[in-house]
Amino acid sequence: MTTAEWLDIGWVDQIPVRGSRTVKVEGGDDIALFRTAEGKIFALRDRCPHKHGRLSQGIVHGGAVACPLHNWRISLATGEALGEDKGCTPTVPVKIDGGRVLLCRASTLRAAA
Amino acid sequence: MKYRPITAESDTRDHLVVIGNGMAGCRAVEELLARDPSRFRITIFGAEPRVNYNRIMLSPVLAGEKEFGDIIINDADWYASNGIALVTGDPVVAIDRSAKTVTTRSGLVERYDRLLIATGSNPFIIPVPGKDLPGVIAFRDMDDVNAMLAAADAGKNRGGGAAVVIGGGLLGLEAAHGLSLRGMKVTVLHLMPTLMERQLDEAAGWLLKQALEARGQTILTGADTAEIVGEMKVEGVKLKDGTLIPADLVVMAVGIRPSTQLARDAGLAVGRGIQVDDHMVTSDPAVLAVGECVEHDGQVYGLVAPLWDMCRSLADGLVDKPTGYRGSVTSTKLKVSGIDVFSAGDFSGGDDCEDIVLRDASRGIYKRVVLRDDRVVGAVLYGDTADGNWYFDLLKTQEDVSALRDILIFGQAFAFGGGRADPKAAVAALSDDAEICGCNGVTKGQVVSSIAKGAHSLDAVRSSCKASASCGSCTGLVETLLALTLGDEVRSGPKTLCKCTSFGHDDVRREIIAQGMRSIPEVMQKLHWATPDGCASCRPALNYYLLCALPGAYQDDQQSRFVNERLHANIQKDGTYSVVPRMWGGITSPAELRAIADVVEKFSAPMVKVTGGQRLDIFGIKKEDLPAVWADLNAAGMVSGHAYGKALRTVKTCVGSEWCRFGTQDSTGLGVKIERMSWGSWMPHKFKIAVSGCPRNCAEATIKDFGIVCVDSGYELHVGGNGGIHVRATDLLCKVASEQEAMDYCAAFIQLYREEARYLERTAPWIERVGLDYVKARLVEDDAGREALRARFLVSQSFSQDDPWAQRAEGAEAEHHAPMARFTPQEELA
Repeated sequence: MTTAEWLDIGWVDQIPVRGSRTVKVEGGDDIALFRTAEGKIFALRDRCPHKHGRLSQGIVHGGAVACPLHNWRISLATGEALGEDKGCTPTVPVKIDGGRVLLCRASTLRAAA
Repeated sequence: MKYRPITAESDTRDHLVVIGNGMAGCRAVEELLARDPSRFRITIFGAEPRVNYNRIMLSPVLAGEKEFGDIIINDADWYASNGIALVTGDPVVAIDRSAKTVTTRSGLVERYDRLLIATGSNPFIIPVPGKDLPGVIAFRDMDDVNAMLAAADAGKNRGGGAAVVIGGGLLGLEAAHGLSLRGMKVTVLHLMPTLMERQLDEAAGWLLKQALEARGQTILTGADTAEIVGEMKVEGVKLKDGTLIPADLVVMAVGIRPSTQLARDAGLAVGRGIQVDDHMVTSDPAVLAVGECVEHDGQVYGLVAPLWDMCRSLADGLVDKPTGYRGSVTSTKLKVSGIDVFSAGDFSGGDDCEDIVLRDASRGIYKRVVLRDDRVVGAVLYGDTADGNWYFDLLKTQEDVSALRDILIFGQAFAFGGGRADPKAAVAALSDDAEICGCNGVTKGQVVSSIAKGAHSLDAVRSSCKASASCGSCTGLVETLLALTLGDEVRSGPKTLCKCTSFGHDDVRREIIAQGMRSIPEVMQKLHWATPDGCASCRPALNYYLLCALPGAYQDDQQSRFVNERLHANIQKDGTYSVVPRMWGGITSPAELRAIADVVEKFSAPMVKVTGGQRLDIFGIKKEDLPAVWADLNAAGMVSGHAYGKALRTVKTCVGSEWCRFGTQDSTGLGVKIERMSWGSWMPHKFKIAVSGCPRNCAEATIKDFGIVCVDSGYELHVGGNGGIHVRATDLLCKVASEQEAMDYCAAFIQLYREEARYLERTAPWIERVGLDYVKARLVEDDAGREALRARFLVSQSFSQDDPWAQRAEGAEAEHHAPMARFTPQEELA
């Protein structure tokens, strides 16, 4: 349920396993939601720290996503670029409640700004 | 299985009869054959109705990580090709040492010159009431595994059955893990206060208990079983404190006892096991014994490693080059995926011992190395067992470690290089006796000797000495040994598909077909992928290989495709997409042009451009608008141009004989026909075709993957060209007389490329790798082969020529396009 702190986005099942969906934030960047093979949900600003590729369009593997533009691997948990690359994408805390995906409202606004 | 004598009466060699078709019996025979393949006529008797398999891999079978076929050590061909007679399902019940014969249950009598007893051990069944109820089993052979799988299956209909495992040792915990993965509610009963107390100290036992409980198992320590209750079958287990635990299945895994009855009845000297000397000879010089059934120097072993040592000594003695077995120091690894536990030697401690302990709670790591007189005498590792082999090696060699004392606990990499060690140096430093492959008991010396004898690839090592052929956890070590032994030569071997696997592209494709694999998870499981769900390199490759192997039957995995193939459009740097409708042979019409113009205006596309392949490319389309764009283009009769895919891109044409004063054939018409035939097919990489109407070659057919140059007398077919960073002009494949032949060759060439090139390998590097002669041999010199390739291409095409745009425009996979939610600050979610 949407509250002052949390935004109710939808059902976990709406996000494909090893896939992603986006949340459009009026006046800001999209937020990308990811669901890993293990069923964990993560949220990041939908922008690669490298050249702003849409991370939501990348291939999700393990706990990371490969950016579709230049194959940077971004950690879903921390937003940090993995391997040799350096950079970080803001993360948004996610909570699952009764199968619903809840996003931290304040962090969503910060990440989208 | 019926007894099949396969040796002639005239065979006068000594007859070696082996009782026991298990790991020890077969290993002893293998060791013997390796030394002298023709010395003995050999007959093996096995109680189980199957060929020889790797018993220690039953746990992964139970856990669903392997299948029975994966753990077979020697298949029926091995027995046949080595001239070994195998009698299965008919156990030996008596030995007559004075007549030198054995008798089986069915009454078969066989004479021996040398007899080898390898009867292994029997599970110990605790003598409590109810122990014989149906549903009470051990964990010893494939029949037990099948019984457990059946119980788990039966439980599924009732929301998961309940299992009780009695015994919290190595075997019991592996059984519990497998049953838990199979959906059963599992309770482990352990008499002692900590799990695996013979192999682990209290701290590691506690960590293990925590980890197993976190996975949903119930672990009761200090639990003393009083009775197994049930009317017709097992219904529960009652403890001495009165607790009753319901159960549909009870697995007894409290220990094993050497199987000595046969030897005892024959009057051989038997203590705890069948007593043998250093050459595995019993109290009767004609009778040998090996494995878990024997007692050597007062010791009885229940692990696999001593068995390898015993078999070596036994075979050395049999060929009259005795070396002598001196007992084994053992180490233990728990095969529960995700929980790494290792122990070796003596860790009971004492006043004369020093403990070095490292704990890292956040990573769940506990390491303890026990030293006595500056030598390693024991090690317990929990959570990070990478250095297990190193400590074990130090333990066995009894090397003085005083110089390493301060850094010993941080592991080998640190000890040999201060944190950024060279892993090669670490492997090079291992002694020749260091065990590389625990599953098959292969030492570093044996691997190096296999490589020296010509096994120059991982596969060759696997098949020659079996290292890395079972669970694959030592693959990295074997590869390092290859690199160390061969130096630069090893680099000429096939590259692995990616870092997730030790297999190359060709190996993976061969295995997919040979084993009939049908999904990406299946491939990853069977080929021991090192990552849980692959990476952005291997997933698209596997998806393609499966798609190619199983036309029409494979369920395409969208999450394993690059974004362009998932959205059927080309992603641009700003996150918008470009859309290219197909124009057959580069021909368009007023209606199509009008529809394209309308789309450009309706969706405010900022640019429309003619591509290098004679198509129109509409830029700047938003992801959520793509289905509507395609609906409009579909309405005008246009389909996806696949300008985004590892697929047929375009067939470029010139105007040909219909208009051009130089044209020799109808190049445009042929181009349209070829594009209609080949559109929609997925390939290892993008694929471009062109048809030029005369040798002036206006369609640039000689830098295409497949190019046709029309001449007066027919059609020249060219292959393997591309533009790009490294321009490559085509090679002339052949010349044909008719349009139909040109199309047939084209289809066959595409299929050969689809089936044999590696993912992301274009035709140019592929042909340079395999050679033009090879392609000619397959397509030009082999008419039947060419026709078969063409037919397979057409079958595959019958499933792939579905316009992906039409499906999406009708709403398929809408989740790829629409956002999941919209959020307008100051308001609630839309």
